[in-house]
Amino acid sequence: MSRYDAMFRRLDAQREGAFGAFVMLGDPDLETSAGILDALVEGGADMLEVGIPFSDPVADGPVIQAAAVRALGRGVTPADCFALLTDFRARHPEIPVGVLTYANIVVARGREAFYAAARAAGVDSVLVADVPLFEAPPYLEAARAAAVAPVLIAAPNTPEQTLRRLAREGAGYTYCVARSGVTGADEEVRFAHSQLLGTLRAFGAPPPVFGFGISRPDHVASAIEAGAAGVISGSAIVRLIADNRGGEAEAVRGFVAGMKAATRR
Amino acid sequence: MLMNGRFGAFGGAYVPEILMPALEALEQAFVDAQKDEAFRAELDELLVKYAGRPTPLTRCRNLGNARVRIYLKREDLLHGGAHKTNQVLAQTLLAKRMGKTRIIAETGAGQHGVATALAGALFGLKTRIYMGAHDVERQKLNVFRMQLMGAEVIPVTSGGQTLKDAVNEALRDWTASFEDTHYLLGTVAGPHPFPLMVREFQRIIGQEARAQILEEEGRLPDAVIACVGGGSNAMGMFADFVDDEGVRLIGVEAGGRGIDGDEHGATLLRGRPGILHGSETYLLQDRDGQVADTWSVSAGLDYPAVGPEHSFLKDSGRAEYVGATDREALAAFALLARTEGIVCAFESAHALAHALNMAEAAQEETILVVNLSGRGDKDMEQAQRLLAGDAA
Repeated sequence: MSRYDAMFRRLDAQREGAFGAFVMLGDPDLETSAGILDALVEGGADMLEVGIPFSDPVADGPVIQAAAVRALGRGVTPADCFALLTDFRARHPEIPVGVLTYANIVVARGREAFYAAARAAGVDSVLVADVPLFEAPPYLEAARAAAVAPVLIAAPNTPEQTLRRLAREGAGYTYCVARSGVTGADEEVRFAHSQLLGTLRAFGAPPPVFGFGISRPDHVASAIEAGAAGVISGSAIVRLIADNRGGEAEAVRGFVAGMKAATRR
Repeated sequence: MLMNGRFGAFGGAYVPEILMPALEALEQAFVDAQKDEAFRAELDELLVKYAGRPTPLTRCRNLGNARVRIYLKREDLLHGGAHKTNQVLAQTLLAKRMGKTRIIAETGAGQHGVATALAGALFGLKTRIYMGAHDVERQKLNVFRMQLMGAEVIPVTSGGQTLKDAVNEALRDWTASFEDTHYLLGTVAGPHPFPLMVREFQRIIGQEARAQILEEEGRLPDAVIACVGGGSNAMGMFADFVDDEGVRLIGVEAGGRGIDGDEHGATLLRGRPGILHGSETYLLQDRDGQVADTWSVSAGLDYPAVGPEHSFLKDSGRAEYVGATDREALAAFALLARTEGIVCAFESAHALAHALNMAEAAQEETILVVNLSGRGDKDMEQAQRLLAGDAA
């Protein structure tokens, strides 16, 4: 059973949703980043989503862009990121880890080589932010060849025929974009997703996890209540890292604990 | 999608899933409009009576030599000051057809921003232009022109603060605003259908030039030459000559401070295939796929990617791509002003610089057509400073 399946099964039995924490690898530097990953697990994160920094992250808002700039400013490379994840996996054998990056980072290494490196580093899934289903076939093939789950994105405006294919082709979980726009930590979020969730369920898609804008425990609670199998919070955590120089791990540990507490059904 | 959006191995639509419905709607609107005579008629009327088409093909009286005749396709005389207006008017009509109330655009030199601003004013659309902060600084006059026509200009401070970063911001805006907003992308780059659509809306440049040179010379030119940043003026010029095998298609990239260093915009000469801004295409990047910062004296050529059809034309061998340095472009700019009384844009001066080199080397009777894609008013301040520096 995959780590994602095992996690969703365990959480279902405990009547909890999954809390996913997103950080940019190598932000603010590789050593601190390793400590932050541990702190996310200690805080209670059920799954990690980690970014490999790219120079032109068009799906990201200013907070996560700034994290990529910090990491790239320290010379962090994809190879460094995979090394960081390999070490992390040795310390944490169970938690699902997903990589989020952009197409050019994947093709620069070569699609097959990229997915193989991800697999070797203990990565469970890869989401390529600028590869829609329309362009996905060669990425899906490379992911499957390396036994990495290709995570696909479902948005409120994604047409039904695309959702049908996405349900068949995606694996791990389905990343449901909670709203239009780029990533960011919102004050208010609303989840008018019953139709999207119903369609995904009907097509047998991997469990829906909500992302984009989720920054407070009440957002988590309302997403779980709306039917999400889990949530991913990114910008709020990344902002804590930026605002707590020297105390990053403590800051994110406490934040994650508060968010995780809100996943109980 | 109705089409696969590919030029050989290049192109495609690499955007977040949430933008796909917007691209599909745009593709459909474009296909429908191309078949709609009323759309064509309205566009033609705008191009003639508002923008000033057809633009002349001017034979240089003083540049060239006994063997070589150089013709200039005068897109600098188009309303707005550059070829950009051709496709902006067309896309704005499409935006209206799709019921959009707001248009956004990126701009490098400001020419596309100016064209978008004038169309926004003409059609009463809310208009926002993203422009790298570095470009805002070096193209101040165009910033003021945009504002004068009612556009909001947003300086972009991320990355190298040039065209690439402006495209990033415009794409981010569009992922949140596509319901009421059309992203009026300024060149033959970006995700499908932009490269195809913008080429079709710029095709008129080469269509006119081909007819004009046949009228003038009774034969086709030996080469057509255009500068390439994103590549829309070049694709507009090349499109109707692609099937004329005897006509060389030559794209001139920004050589900046020399293409053997790091400070240039010579994507096709020094890049390798990758994916940026929605398209698989040649890209200036490092080993890991991080996109490089570029340099050119001309903000319009200061771009690390290029339209995917140029990548295809390069690999298929149908077009040739060369570079002209800042210095060569500036010299051509000054020479054109002094000998022909025409002040062109720095971007267009790159194409002219290469034509002048060809003229010097030519052993046979040769006819060259240079796309003079824009006028140089926007560059006056910078030219004054740079040419004074040269004299000192």
